[in-house]
Amino acid sequence: MSAAPKLRSVDLSLAHEHGLTTEEYQVILDHLGRTPTFEELGVFSVMWSEHCSYKSSRVHLGRLPQTGPAVLQGPGENAGAVDIGGGMAAIFKIESHNHPSYIEPYQGATTGVGGILRDIFTMGARPVANLNSLRFGNADHEKTPFLLKGVVAGVGGYGNSVGVATVGGEVCFDPGYKGNILVNAFTLGVVRADRIFRAAAKGDGNPVLYVGSKTGRDGIHGASLLASSEFKDESEQMKPTVQVGDPFTENLLIEACLEVLAGDDVVAIQDMGAAGLTSSSVEMASRGEVGIVLDLDRIPLREASLTPYEMLLSESQERMVLVVKKGREQVVEEIFTRWGLDCVVVGSITGSGRFVATYRGETVVSIPVAALTDAAPKYERPIQAPTTRPAPLDLSGLAEPGDLTAALVALLASPSLCSRSWVYQQYDCYVGANTVVGPGGDAAVVRVRETGGALAMTVDCNSRYVALDPYLGTQHAVLEAARNVWVTGARPLAISDCLNFGSPEKPEVMWQFSRAIDGMRDACLALDIAVISGNVSFYNDTQGVSIPPTPTVALVGLVEDAARTAKVALPGAGAAIYLLGEGRPELEGSEYLIQRFGVTGDHPPKVDMAAERRAGELCCGLIADGVVSCAHDVADGGLAVAMAEMCLAGAVGMRVAVPVDGRADAALFGESGARILVAAAAAAAQQVEQRAAAEGVPCRRLGESGGTRLVIAAAASGDVLIDGSIEELQSGWRSTLAAIAEGRYVAPRPTR
Amino acid sequence: MNFQVRVFVTPKPSILDPQGKAVANSLHSLGYDEVVEARLGKLIELRLGGADREAVSARVDEMCRRLLANQIIEDYRFEIEEARS
Amino acid sequence: MKWGVVVFPGSNDDRDTAYALGTILGDDVVMLWHGDADTKGVDAVVLPGGFSYGDYLRCGAMARFSPVMRAVAEHARSGGPVLGICNGFQILCEAGLLPGALVRNRSLRFQCEQTRLRVETAASAFSAGCRAGQILTIPIKNGEGCFVVGEAELERLEREGRVVFRYADGAPNGSLRDIAGVANDAGNVVGLMPHPEHAVDELLGCTDGRVIMESVHVWLSNTARGDTAASAAALAASRSQA
Repeated sequence: MSAAPKLRSVDLSLAHEHGLTTEEYQVILDHLGRTPTFEELGVFSVMWSEHCSYKSSRVHLGRLPQTGPAVLQGPGENAGAVDIGGGMAAIFKIESHNHPSYIEPYQGATTGVGGILRDIFTMGARPVANLNSLRFGNADHEKTPFLLKGVVAGVGGYGNSVGVATVGGEVCFDPGYKGNILVNAFTLGVVRADRIFRAAAKGDGNPVLYVGSKTGRDGIHGASLLASSEFKDESEQMKPTVQVGDPFTENLLIEACLEVLAGDDVVAIQDMGAAGLTSSSVEMASRGEVGIVLDLDRIPLREASLTPYEMLLSESQERMVLVVKKGREQVVEEIFTRWGLDCVVVGSITGSGRFVATYRGETVVSIPVAALTDAAPKYERPIQAPTTRPAPLDLSGLAEPGDLTAALVALLASPSLCSRSWVYQQYDCYVGANTVVGPGGDAAVVRVRETGGALAMTVDCNSRYVALDPYLGTQHAVLEAARNVWVTGARPLAISDCLNFGSPEKPEVMWQFSRAIDGMRDACLALDIAVISGNVSFYNDTQGVSIPPTPTVALVGLVEDAARTAKVALPGAGAAIYLLGEGRPELEGSEYLIQRFGVTGDHPPKVDMAAERRAGELCCGLIADGVVSCAHDVADGGLAVAMAEMCLAGAVGMRVAVPVDGRADAALFGESGARILVAAAAAAAQQVEQRAAAEGVPCRRLGESGGTRLVIAAAASGDVLIDGSIEELQSGWRSTLAAIAEGRYVAPRPTR
Repeated sequence: MNFQVRVFVTPKPSILDPQGKAVANSLHSLGYDEVVEARLGKLIELRLGGADREAVSARVDEMCRRLLANQIIEDYRFEIEEARS
Repeated sequence: MKWGVVVFPGSNDDRDTAYALGTILGDDVVMLWHGDADTKGVDAVVLPGGFSYGDYLRCGAMARFSPVMRAVAEHARSGGPVLGICNGFQILCEAGLLPGALVRNRSLRFQCEQTRLRVETAASAFSAGCRAGQILTIPIKNGEGCFVVGEAELERLEREGRVVFRYADGAPNGSLRDIAGVANDAGNVVGLMPHPEHAVDELLGCTDGRVIMESVHVWLSNTARGDTAASAAALAASRSQA
């Protein structure tokens, strides 16, 4: 007989070791009317963990708009769904995999990508595109090269091998993440709207099937507990709990699951993600308001010595649970077997309303499903605005650079604004044969063959803005994402959010969280879009210090005609350059201020949502009607950086004059919302002006494209402010990221 | 009889081994200047049954030639031990 | 014209290849399962890109033992065109249908980028529609795309004009002599690392890959006219030049 399971008698101190509080343990005793078994304690601890129960965030998340005319599925399922016309739906979601990626960057990133993919194809959708948002410590921090290389290789290693295009994302460097990086992974899939699968278990007696890889010891308490408590030095010692991804098996799982779901045999399907078999079974039973019984003796094991506790909590990757119609097991099994995957009946649906697990003839778990889900703790955590505010900035103390061209070159070479090609060239952006606009632009655009349209998608968050003002900063995140989608010619449909914050037990963090939710709500309402899926990642703290609040926004928009989109690259010489929207560029909060002077100021740029929407919709309309095919939003780095990016992408220069009101550096590098640059062929120029006038959007002709230099003059005086060749502009821009990855990057000292 | 076989697959000396080079460079940067060269290969552990050492050796050699190593780019060698259990 | 696209476990450009051949080129396409014992009477076979069997031991090492590969080898022996793209190229090398091997990129990174290819010879089933010297823009996406081969074999490849494609701006992956694609001695089996199937659709930016696939039409019509002589003459001509 194999080693006996290491049984420990259950008491309060063991409950504490499981991360449960004294009060929570008492509630468990009340629910059961007895002391829980060792296995039951494990089940409660994961189901009631922050990661699975959202106990600190649930009271706030309800404030987000979750419905709308385009929404087919809001939060609560594996992922959200929106109507994209032609009887088709887009399924998407963003999710964090932060702590595992800090501990083991390659495997942490691969399993993050693998998990989010499974959330999408379990809805019946074929995954067609991945995005990711990656945040590391300062570019010259000693751990940054190792983490950057590992995470990027992991994201690519999984996505490339599984065969889903990685089409975009963002990479940020900020000292605030040096002990707690962020890896947020997004997947979008496409499915016929009438074939969306939901994960509600139903039907007394229906068999429960286990599919995919065998169960091992990996990840026990991994995602659930690791992501539900503060990060300490010892976490580095938790390496054995990190899961290992197997994209080859996932590739087979995708094909097999989509084949199975095309039939009518499956009642419900769910990925075994965080908290593995336990949470997947319990969540499916909860949605269908049924009970479920599992025979743990039948679980396929990698090592025979696994205990029932370990089987229930293992987070081994590439595993799924299916509920199928009684009598149809064989049909389903046949398909999985043909794809070379394990498929075993491990239990059945019951009318008992209980989650039951048996092992060697004994019942090791018997808990009412509702006790694990609906009755999970829900906290109104204390909220407290910070007592100290950053001091207002005296700009007169910051000398304007004598050489603005050199200032631009330096800004373009900074870790925040340099070319991301070192990263995205490690990702296959071609597979699927639908990538209309790939990485390196504002939003990626992926064609939908079934409708002739396309989907634009982006992930955004300027966490410096959020840190200065969580309410306005989160609005900026939503609006910037919307702008990125508008400038490709798409209409925003919905967002998925990944809310990365510090410990919810800190009142200041809960204040940031609550304000961020309010900001997101108000921005979504102003744009008439909903939040259809997402995830909350709390406890991003190291040694008591929380990360900058980071509500990452993934926004998806619809392009009606895939042939009518726009890119950042200037199309060639002779195009008229227009600035749509006015905005009042401010230095406070800008990338320029932090890069050059090492200060941030005390507030992010102001927000004008109505102006934002007018400018965005005008731009989107101009593209959709074929008037312009080159557009770029003005964001980090301001007008001059946006112009340089258009020149670099198109390998064409531009000669423009910009309004200067006060400091020239503020006009060039200051930031604001609601500004978009478009380039229109000479014949279309008049149309741009007329439509802007008709829609009440400020529209200023700045100059035209041509030559091989970017020349920016002041409009009133005619003084040349910036004059640089494309070669000059791209020298540092091209090489910085490789230098960071190779540990060669030296940050310039801020000037004061 | 049961045997434990360890198959070592290494890049041929004539083939550039960029991974080995990267490892050597990293070791140098950590101050291990005595490292002259690093080469990265694979270790494949097999458990298998067979009549005797010779028979096992012949079979494993065949496995190496057919699948485990690509002789255009890789060399192989293996060690055979009798398994205890 | 009927193509067969082989699906190995872990293939992932198989559907894109079928889309390029079927929807874009307008040819007939059947998928060949790795377990199939024959090639279902197709005129040409493509081994698509991807990560067959996870590429876990060595790229292409396990796929070459799939039952369908016996049939593919038979098809190749009888002169049928076979194209290996990326992972397919790796499989053809492992199977001994093409010389050499593909090893880790010099950069140690997966590389996905546009490359400019120079067609070195029109004397192969997948360049018969091109001109020697023609430049094609086609993306690569691989981690192990560095072509290596023994010195004697390399000289033979060059001498016989069997280097079909070369990277025009230098090999991004460290390939010997910037080699991007090679042919067998009869010219009917070609492997290349770049992905012509991802350069066929105007909407997605580039259509230079079409001519590689369309070349088979030219090649086959030559052989159908009993004009193996034409292909052979072209082959001989290009080889005498080399």
